[in-house]
Amino acid sequence: MIELVSASRCIKCNICVNICPTNVFDRVPDAPPAIARKSDCQTCFMCELYCPVDALYVAPETDLQTSVNEDELAQKGLLGSYRENIGWGTKRASTAKNDQTFQILKQMR
Amino acid sequence: MVSKLTTDWEVDLETDVLVIGGGPAGTWAAWSAASRGAKVVLVDKGYCGTTGCAAASGNGVWYVPPEPQAREAAMASRESLGGYLAHRQWMRRVLDQTYTSVNLLAEWGYPFPTDDEGKPYRRSLQGPEYMKLMRRQIKRAGVKILDNSPALELLVDETGVVAGATGVNRQTNNQWRVRALAVVIATGGCAFLSKALGCNVLTGDGYLMAAEAGAEMSGMEFSNAYGISPAFSSVTKTLFYNWATFTYEDGTPIPGAGSQRGRSLIAKTLLEQPVYAIIDKATEEMRSSMRLAQPNFFLPFDRAGIDPFTQKFPVTLRLEGTVRGTGGIRIIDETCATSVKGLYAAGDAATRELICGGFTGGGSHNAAWAISSGYWSGESAAEYAKTLGHKANQRQVQRVGETAFQPRTEHPHTLATDEVIQAVQAEVFPYERNLFRTEQGLLDSLGRLDYLWQEVRDSQVENKQLIRAREASAMVATARWMYNSALERKETRGMHKHQDYPQQDANQQHHLISGGLDQVWVKSQPIEKTEKTLIGAISNS
Repeated sequence: MIELVSASRCIKCNICVNICPTNVFDRVPDAPPAIARKSDCQTCFMCELYCPVDALYVAPETDLQTSVNEDELAQKGLLGSYRENIGWGTKRASTAKNDQTFQILKQMR
Repeated sequence: MVSKLTTDWEVDLETDVLVIGGGPAGTWAAWSAASRGAKVVLVDKGYCGTTGCAAASGNGVWYVPPEPQAREAAMASRESLGGYLAHRQWMRRVLDQTYTSVNLLAEWGYPFPTDDEGKPYRRSLQGPEYMKLMRRQIKRAGVKILDNSPALELLVDETGVVAGATGVNRQTNNQWRVRALAVVIATGGCAFLSKALGCNVLTGDGYLMAAEAGAEMSGMEFSNAYGISPAFSSVTKTLFYNWATFTYEDGTPIPGAGSQRGRSLIAKTLLEQPVYAIIDKATEEMRSSMRLAQPNFFLPFDRAGIDPFTQKFPVTLRLEGTVRGTGGIRIIDETCATSVKGLYAAGDAATRELICGGFTGGGSHNAAWAISSGYWSGESAAEYAKTLGHKANQRQVQRVGETAFQPRTEHPHTLATDEVIQAVQAEVFPYERNLFRTEQGLLDSLGRLDYLWQEVRDSQVENKQLIRAREASAMVATARWMYNSALERKETRGMHKHQDYPQQDANQQHHLISGGLDQVWVKSQPIEKTEKTLIGAISNS
């Protein structure tokens, strides 16, 4: 579930408001978006991918709220980690190019 | 009610083809119609590019090069699993179209990998990249996209021919109307808000809209797909569980439990105690391939601090309903037309029995179907629109939405939408009801679902509750088609497991067509007849 919109990182571009498939966020004038309908979050991680400054954190727990600490997440390298893993964003190359599904399917009986 | 019947549309458009839904099927339909010169509007409840189950995940694709042996093997491999309800003619068409269209993706710049022989490998797509590309392509083709704009009901002309849709922008509350010469429903299946990865936009909205216009469903008994996910997580990716050992809490393996054939055993065990998995059959070498193949499989583990290869973790089965089931809106011919004139269906919104029979094709077949049926529906909607001419958008039209719009009683009560949703989920989530079906269980559920239908049918809602109320209605309607069809199929075939009739019955090798809102009906349709109809349609074209 979405747990964090970092006030220090957010640049108020509101891309997350626009792209969230389940309309979780609300625009707030001169402030970072609000998590307005948290229980609608389907834990799909798409907002994290589209956030250009890694200001969002979606915890893996889908049905439970958890408390998160921004400094800790940053230290562990978890802010923006999914975006980095799939090579998403400017100046990154998509890791789709390295997809090794063919190696996996070879092993299937 | 008055506010809902306003004719002051904040957005009022005219177009040749309206596509409802912005996932793979919708974007392929929009691209295909626009490429034929049609003016196209695409509306999505969410955001075209992130919406739907494909965007959020890695997708296998049923992509098979045109080599006779490979094609034969691809078709044969699923026939028995699907209970011999699939049609070879449709499989051939889908394999051909998918091959062509996926190659087009490569031309458009999708970064396909190469295999160890240096050949391009095109059987897998990463959702975010794929759907970002599709959005870009349809914009280039001139498609107008309305994001965050769920369609709520269809428009029809005096003769019942579909003529557009209306809806609302969920962020501005602006009401929109799009008058169209043809409409493609590509709204996905119904996973009943189970939070299976990317599935919560998929609430059966398109089924309800289509049924209100008179369309029929097919194969709704094949609606009980469940995906394996870590118990705490939404990530229902099942491929890697082929290399998992499923255990009890003490680490003892559960005999017979497995990802593909042994999923029922996992469900049975889950009814009594937690089930754990550990992906310990993957070799060291494979582990890095797995990370490169499906990065999002590892996301919840990395964040929860679990190494799935060495540590056991609790798993659950999340309902994916008709998203990875095979039922949906009935397709009547090779153009992907529904039984209602002017209305086409594509992707998970449409039946996938034609290529999968009664057993899920997982991601691969569904992805191929979305590409092919999307392409055909867009093409045929554009061709059909040409035969009408633009003046047809001046037709007198009426809105056909019923539940949440037109209560039948004079003093409708307020709808407790969230309670209705929980009540539907209580009928369709439990494995002992939906996976292991019994006559008594289905009848009990239907009693409650029929009551819920009365509830939604005779209620009214505040405008701001309208979208959720329509979703709730669609889920109730879907569950009723599912269980009425399940009751009618007195055998075990494909994914439909009927405890009272545990065998496959040769006399029931037919499709089950269903429909109706206040009165749900189910009838069987001989499989031969469908083949004949199809052959007829082809020779006429």
